[in-house]
Amino acid sequence: MNLSIQLNTNTHNGTRSLESNGFYAIEASNLHVYYGTFLAVKDVNLSVERKKITALIGPSGCGKSTVIRAFNRMNDLVAIARTTGKVLFHGQNIYEEGVDPVEVRKYIGMVFQKPNPFPKSIYENIAWGARINGFKGKKSDLDDLVEKALRSAALWGEVHDKLQQSGLSLSGGQQQRLCIARAIAVKPDIILMDEPCSALDPISTLKIEELMRNLSEDYTIIIVTHNMQQAARVSDYTAFFTLNENRAGFLMEFGQTNQLFTNPKEKVTEDYITGRFG
Amino acid sequence: MSEPNKSNERATGLSQVTSNQVLFQNNLPGRHRRGKVLGVVFLASTVVGIIVLSVLLIKIFNDTMGFAALEYKQHPDTLASGDKPLNEMTCAELLPILQGNVSANRFRTLEREKPFLDRSQKECYKLVIFEVAEPVIKETWSLFASLFRSEQIKATVTEKYPNAELTFKFWINQDFVTSPQSDDPLQAGIRTAILGSLYIIAIVTLIALPIGVGAAIYLEEYATQSRLNRIIQTNINNLAGVPSIIYGMLGLALFVRALEPIISGSVFGFSDPTTANGRTILAAGLTLSLLILPIVIINGQEAIRAVPNSIREASYGMGATKWQTVWSHVLPYSLPGILTGLILSVSRAFGETAPLVVIGAATFITFDPENIFSKFTTIPIQIYQWTSRPQDGYRNIAAAAIIVLLILLLALNTVAVLLRNRYGRRMI
Repeated sequence: MNLSIQLNTNTHNGTRSLESNGFYAIEASNLHVYYGTFLAVKDVNLSVERKKITALIGPSGCGKSTVIRAFNRMNDLVAIARTTGKVLFHGQNIYEEGVDPVEVRKYIGMVFQKPNPFPKSIYENIAWGARINGFKGKKSDLDDLVEKALRSAALWGEVHDKLQQSGLSLSGGQQQRLCIARAIAVKPDIILMDEPCSALDPISTLKIEELMRNLSEDYTIIIVTHNMQQAARVSDYTAFFTLNENRAGFLMEFGQTNQLFTNPKEKVTEDYITGRFG
Repeated sequence: MSEPNKSNERATGLSQVTSNQVLFQNNLPGRHRRGKVLGVVFLASTVVGIIVLSVLLIKIFNDTMGFAALEYKQHPDTLASGDKPLNEMTCAELLPILQGNVSANRFRTLEREKPFLDRSQKECYKLVIFEVAEPVIKETWSLFASLFRSEQIKATVTEKYPNAELTFKFWINQDFVTSPQSDDPLQAGIRTAILGSLYIIAIVTLIALPIGVGAAIYLEEYATQSRLNRIIQTNINNLAGVPSIIYGMLGLALFVRALEPIISGSVFGFSDPTTANGRTILAAGLTLSLLILPIVIINGQEAIRAVPNSIREASYGMGATKWQTVWSHVLPYSLPGILTGLILSVSRAFGETAPLVVIGAATFITFDPENIFSKFTTIPIQIYQWTSRPQDGYRNIAAAAIIVLLILLLALNTVAVLLRNRYGRRMI
């Protein structure tokens, strides 16, 4: 067992309550995702607790990203993707007929692997989301919203004097925080993060991780990561995915992070987190 | 140029130092040589292109000025009474000369066309020149000939045209740009053609931009991979290569003939007898729009395809609808590319002749187009028509018209590019 992971897990989670709060933001049951005829994700049953950070880990190609994208129906944008099963958002199945995927994405925001600010000003990057979602306030309310979102994303101090500059003029880490601010601005319930730090340097990564801890007080966060230390450092719960012999991803083990990292139930999980494969 | 040699030496040196290159042949000098040869070939083709272009421009420019032998029925100097030359006399002084030399009938006609009191001094002077002095071009010479063989030319003129006067004439001048068409090369201008061309490209832009962009957005963002959409796509690609004269036939059958009541404006109450049978600016604009639409669509599709998918995902991820995504992100991002395609295609439409000849552009009209239901001619058609005349003088005004066409094209493109850079700029 990797000592540093143990230490990290212990120091971080020692101060945090890990009692289940009994409220679930997302509950996936019998979730299957196909790309054409290829079964990419098989029978995922997963309950994500409200206002906690849940990490999805696993080897490449095991369907972590597919699962997280199934949570806000981003897979609908892939022409050949097909989803079966249920994803309950506060008890409502988002795949039920009559549910508008556009509305789902308003409540379940997303941050992507590569920072992708719009080629617009920093202000406009944030204000745009509010505006298209029917923001009714005055200009000053919008200014407040932008400031609040930037403050929540710990970016205000760095950009408050250059809000009219392009979002692309920022550094990679700042861009990613801008993307987080942008996601927060439309007041989602859940923020999905698909490997948000994989394109960033360690210092920017650290900042994003701190930010995630702060945001988890108000938001449910689901993060896909390749970095096991990161999962151990930031998450409350961890889901370990792996592949079966048909290359279909499935959920191997799910549990509280410190328990999963220190005392995994499955042999495969232990092999993966100790670096024996993957 | 010394850098490749240096690395050659280094490579040779290194291959001796290491021993694990057994299976590798040292072909680095060969690779550098190939690169150098290709570089020279590309430079040469660029130079050839520039030379050909320069020759073309010089050839055209050569005809736009030079000596012209003019023969007058009555020499202007003999008309001038007193010591004032003709071109400095006022209208009131010029009128008696005119009245004394043309028939009373002709004088009344001229008065009816435009009252003499309203005519400027310049107009009166031109009246006297062309109604009384009546210059006729006997022969013209190009600029180079005029510069280097002037003695020979003067000799020829005194021998062949003893009554003619040799003057150095600039064929592009203000009169040429502002005068309407005429069958006398000395009076002919391309004002009518310039206005016709401008009207037509305005229509082309107004029609091709929205339809082309709309189709490009549909095909790239909305269309699914169905058989029908693939057929449409293939057809658009093929239409881009159809010869323009075919579009002329289509325009003739569809706009001029089938839709004649609309195109000639008669359903809207425009019943100008001279614009009968649908050969109007509108017909030309619609035909040329069809001609460039495939190109605008294909360019638009390319530009839209170049929008990174991450931007679309970011937009959808915030709860944007498809249309919001397209309008706020895809379109602004691809606008410079779309506009570049539009500018290039409109330039093509500007210089297009064949389809307009087919749909029946007038080759000789002397009045300005008033609206989109007017008869029209365009600059390329004027050039085409003038170059087919054998007489001296027409060759020169054709060259002048070509220069005007090129300058207009350049000016329009510059404006379009500036506008694109100003408003289509994306934040980077």
